[in-house]
Amino acid sequence: MSHSSPDPGRQSGSPYDGLLEHHEVAGDDSQWAFGTDFEDPLAGVDTTVPDDVDPTDLATYCLMLGDDALVMSHRLSEWCSNAPDLEEDIALANIALDLLGQARLLLARAAAADPAVVPSLPEGSPVPAEDALAFFRDADRFLNVRLAEVPNGDFAHVVVRVLLFATARLAVLARLVESRDPVLAAIAAKGVKELTYHRDYAGRWFLTLARGTEESRRRLLVALGDLWPLHPELCGTHPVEAAMAAVGAGVDPAAVADEVDVVLEQVFAVSGVTRPERPALAGVGGRAGRDGLHTEALSRMLAEMQVVARAHPSGQW
Amino acid sequence: MLTLADLGVLRDVREEHGTVVVTITPTYSGCPAMAAMRDDLVHRLADAGYDARVEVVLSPAWSSDWITEDGRRALRAHGLSAPGPAPRRAGPVALDLSPTRRALSCPRCGSAQVALTSEYGATACKALYRCTACLEPFEHVKEI
Repeated sequence: MSHSSPDPGRQSGSPYDGLLEHHEVAGDDSQWAFGTDFEDPLAGVDTTVPDDVDPTDLATYCLMLGDDALVMSHRLSEWCSNAPDLEEDIALANIALDLLGQARLLLARAAAADPAVVPSLPEGSPVPAEDALAFFRDADRFLNVRLAEVPNGDFAHVVVRVLLFATARLAVLARLVESRDPVLAAIAAKGVKELTYHRDYAGRWFLTLARGTEESRRRLLVALGDLWPLHPELCGTHPVEAAMAAVGAGVDPAAVADEVDVVLEQVFAVSGVTRPERPALAGVGGRAGRDGLHTEALSRMLAEMQVVARAHPSGQW
Repeated sequence: MLTLADLGVLRDVREEHGTVVVTITPTYSGCPAMAAMRDDLVHRLADAGYDARVEVVLSPAWSSDWITEDGRRALRAHGLSAPGPAPRRAGPVALDLSPTRRALSCPRCGSAQVALTSEYGATACKALYRCTACLEPFEHVKEI
């Protein structure tokens, strides 16, 4: 990057400008709780909702895809400094960062489509909409699939989780590039490039562990068995997904189920693994992750993720 | 010097009622350098006497193919290996379970005897390599 060293003769030029400017403007020593500066990841992007697309459905749909990415990103970032070696640590952190970027864009797009989805904060709070959505919603308002939220296990567990997640998400986003919402289409086009190497990464490790030692294979099969009941939810259809697909703005996950199946079968076949025979994890009264019904693991995860922001809703500490 | 234009990140510059509007695009969705690039643009233009606003454009998605020849030379001059052609995709994305192979040369000594250390590096856009001739590690900007 073309980042020259700061010129001491200039007022601006240091990465701490944001903090200093705030100090000058606010005239006190309190600090931002949300980083050095705010930015809208969609600054300048035309966020007009296309005709015939219901803004609330669009916002809800963006929250579903955005929450999948946000929650999965958080679980992957928990691997930081815990992976078996430095290369895998960095790989998982990279995947987490890509998903966090997708989440930011999708949450910002949700807020722009229908501001009513954004939790209200104290008057004068500088918290931007994407952060309000990430940090000030309770678990029952998160719309992610439950595969993204379950606690981490061993390395085989994260390999299986990324494989199942990236395979389904890639299939959905690859079709979403045709969305009638140009913002969603653009976010999908970037995401496809990223999910392609997330899926390859997980697929290669799946094969390596399956064909590795007796112990690596044993662990892989345990992880696959544990996570398999969460897989069907990825290819289920929520009414909002169906409505968005009907107007050409979204993708019905059920429509890509066969495609997902073919890819997974390919990985299983080269790995000498048979598809687990385990029933889907039931919801409650037909409700599951997309309806805001989650495992208790999500509440615990959010408690940690949101604690600082919630303690300082006006953005200063 | 490696400029934002050489990286293909700078997409447009125009003037609107006395304000310079600069359009940039993120390399990867989560590129954390977007804020730094925006601040640099605003500050540099302010130093030159321009009132500036920076806007984001997401489509078409950035490709490493947009890095100019000057940009590639600048990358190599800074010890980074420049990307080859980005993969062309049509239809469903094929699964690739084989190890990544690239024909690269060491930006330091020019040897083609290089080994991939990690497909992921310190930033989303780079892979880690080492040269088995001069033994120095180096970063490769990935094809996307």
